[in-house]
Amino acid sequence: MPTLTPVKLIDPVALLTIGPAHYVILSAVLFCIGLFGVLAKRNAVMVLICIELMLNAVNINLVAFSKYVTPTDFIGQIFAIFVITVAAAEVGLGLAIIIAIYRNKVSVNLDDFDLLKW
Amino acid sequence: MIDLIGQEIIDAFLNNFWSVGAFYTLALVIVVSGLLVVLMKNIVHSVLWLAVCFIGMAGLFLTLDADFLAAVQVLVYAGAVCIMVVLAIMVIRRADMKLSNPFNTQVYAAAGVVALVLAVCTFLAARTQWLVSRARVPENTVEPIATLLLSKYVIPFEVVAVLLLVALIGALLIAREVKADADTDAGQAD
Repeated sequence: MPTLTPVKLIDPVALLTIGPAHYVILSAVLFCIGLFGVLAKRNAVMVLICIELMLNAVNINLVAFSKYVTPTDFIGQIFAIFVITVAAAEVGLGLAIIIAIYRNKVSVNLDDFDLLKW
Repeated sequence: MIDLIGQEIIDAFLNNFWSVGAFYTLALVIVVSGLLVVLMKNIVHSVLWLAVCFIGMAGLFLTLDADFLAAVQVLVYAGAVCIMVVLAIMVIRRADMKLSNPFNTQVYAAAGVVALVLAVCTFLAARTQWLVSRARVPENTVEPIATLLLSKYVIPFEVVAVLLLVALIGALLIAREVKADADTDAGQAD
């Protein structure tokens, strides 16, 4: 008699055994929060903050893969360090640009930044 | 059958109680504070929740055996980046900070796109068969990272150092206060 294994949408054992999928899903959630902020926010500083959130979500992925796939190579961790460095440079430059635009336009509303539009 | 599954669940729960608890606690902290970053009306409060989010992420790195990265995360993100963003907000602040973080007109379109991306990512991540390595992360992570950074990855390391210097100088140049009468050339041009 063939036994039908019930299709479980949510497997409790899988939920309680932390694997790469958990970290990838968490990072996808965080990335989407950041993406939503980038798309839907009006304040330019807020858009920069949300880009930071997205970069951090990528870091979670890199470190999770570093632990679970190549634990002794440290490639993911080293790339995460590079991502952190580039993110720090990016936020510094971005804030400087926002301050410079604010001097000219007295606004940080992204809809007002239409200097290149014709 | 049901007893077997129940026993399995209890075993899975007891075997890694602390790591599972830590992961879900930190995930909750990160997601809730990330949502609050986007949803707060006052942008200064957003940055405060951003610091909470970054510290939660440092804890998540600790659960992933990346202690050096956790320290870097607290130093660079929770320390430097948050302070820098707050300083910039103070420079460009307006009369009332209460409504300093508005949404624009494409909230619903953005929510749709984001829901689609999230659904696809979650579906694919849950379906994928991961090739998990049997090896463990070494106890000491700082020494292998330092050795790799200064041997195999020495060129990216130096390039990133130059990039930081360029970004620093560029940010100073861009954000420098332009005075029309201080600089003769600029004054004549005006």
